[in-house]
Amino acid sequence: MSDKPAEPATSPEIVAGNGLLHRRLFLTQGAALVGTGGLALLAARPAGAETLTVPTWTKTIGAPMSGYGVPSKHEGKVQRIVRPGAPGAPGTGGSRTPLELVNGTITPAGLHFERHHNGIPDIDPAQHRLVIHGKVKRPLSFTVESLLRYPTVSRIQFLECSGNSALGWAREAPQQSVGSIHGLLSCSEWTGVPLSVLLDEAGVEPGAAWVLAEGADSAAMSRSVPLAKALDDAMVALWQNGERIRPEQGYPMRLFLPGFEGNMSVKWLRRLQVNDAPTMTRDETSKYSDLMPDGKSWLFTFTMGVKSLITSPSQGFRMQGPGLYEISGLAWSGAGKIRRVEVSADGGQTWGEAALTDPVLSKSLTRFRMAWRWNGGPAILKSRAIDETGALQPTRDELITQRGERSNYHYHGIQPWSIAATGEVTNVHA
Amino acid sequence: MSTPDRALVVGALLLAALPVFAAESPQLGTPITPAELAAWDLSIQPDGRGLPAGSGNAVAGKTIFAEKCVVCHGEEGKGQPFDRLVGGQGTLASATPVKTVGSYWPYASTVFDYIRRAMPLVAPQSLTNDEVYSLTAYLLSLNGVIKERDVMNAKTLAKVKMPNQGNFIVRYPEAAR
Repeated sequence: MSDKPAEPATSPEIVAGNGLLHRRLFLTQGAALVGTGGLALLAARPAGAETLTVPTWTKTIGAPMSGYGVPSKHEGKVQRIVRPGAPGAPGTGGSRTPLELVNGTITPAGLHFERHHNGIPDIDPAQHRLVIHGKVKRPLSFTVESLLRYPTVSRIQFLECSGNSALGWAREAPQQSVGSIHGLLSCSEWTGVPLSVLLDEAGVEPGAAWVLAEGADSAAMSRSVPLAKALDDAMVALWQNGERIRPEQGYPMRLFLPGFEGNMSVKWLRRLQVNDAPTMTRDETSKYSDLMPDGKSWLFTFTMGVKSLITSPSQGFRMQGPGLYEISGLAWSGAGKIRRVEVSADGGQTWGEAALTDPVLSKSLTRFRMAWRWNGGPAILKSRAIDETGALQPTRDELITQRGERSNYHYHGIQPWSIAATGEVTNVHA
Repeated sequence: MSTPDRALVVGALLLAALPVFAAESPQLGTPITPAELAAWDLSIQPDGRGLPAGSGNAVAGKTIFAEKCVVCHGEEGKGQPFDRLVGGQGTLASATPVKTVGSYWPYASTVFDYIRRAMPLVAPQSLTNDEVYSLTAYLLSLNGVIKERDVMNAKTLAKVKMPNQGNFIVRYPEAAR
């Protein structure tokens, strides 16, 4: 585009280099700008609209109701990014949420990421049991039907695989979409029974410190959970976004541990063994531990670090000419609420504060938005989040200085996107 | 101490004893005995608690491995298409670390626990306890942790110390971030 965007009568306040504008532009929903000619900012206007006709769908009877709705046939491209495991073991891979194709903070259940260790079991809920035993006064077995009678809690919280963003450790920045790199991340409203209620019914004995959680899948995936977490905000989740949890998310029930690495929220939950010590299962020792440069490893990196991503624009997008854009992204922390998100358009030299979209919830995804007037020149976009504990999202260099390049898991470095003068958006280490 | 103060103190103690969620519970759990849950009670603690009766050695394990494991883990556990199980000792601090049972896994109990619950991938929980002990012995022997003729059972496996056990730094509860 050769036309320059119209300059507004009153420029919104510039808050950081290379065209970042005050978050007020979005906080006020544009209302304050109407009177100042600010809406002229929204784009360089196209030359003229086409003449409208009355379309067929307005002149014919529409489709009837249906038992379970599906997305528009025009949105068929919105699919999980599926990465099967090795040949002969299709159930050992994962699929990712296409973060570049969704908005808001709630992930549709059908787009929630998957990571299975030997496929999705076909469980008959009538035969499924949840057993609590070990260091308890009363070993107990629960049917699904009985658990559905318990008082429930609901929370909107994220789940992130500890292997998410592992490509961030690679020396070359991969030219893949934000969902392809970072889409082992989803957020749902989870509803279920507080685990503390069930543990209280079984009667935890003195000396108990850990709870081994095991699934009914054919990997019988198992992880040790600190008793303190089990008694704090852990949930036996039965519902996701209002409907019963889907098979790939653990039907008929899963453990949900807010803020902890996803692997610990054991799906198809069938057994909880209260112990005095961690079991040191394969998935908590040989996997999901972080190898350090000196050859030692971190064990039990449970809480997911403070993190943010710009989802729009992001790798693979093409800018439609200079003008005003909304930079939009997600921020989250396993330690609590997001306090603040900052965005840079000049590679991190200057930062402006983004607007956080309400509600800002603990251990949940928070959508941030920032107004940016792109001048058509090269730019490097970055975001960084700060959580309520004061923890600041690190740069990639800071992470590598601390952990080396081979820890594989728990990457939460700043993600830069490069905007070229052509409008092309690419992934860079910057 | 006067009577009202005593009441307050007792009340506070009662509150402190309650769990974090003091929700009413319908108490619908059914008592279950160890015998009734035995088929699911698979977890082995690192000190060997949970190890079942039975035994095996690497010689027997080699035969079972050739039949049921080699297709995924390669000759002598050298890997491909799935995880390499053998070798890699001394590589963890290098630019190309090789994480295997021998170089990385901190506890021998985990080998038994994982094989019994999840292997082979196409037929999990199909092995006998003797077969699991034998395969565990074979992998430990290939990695030089035990000798080929060493018998693994509930007593001996619990005593095996893995080479990398001392190299894990526990991060929970978290250090200052």
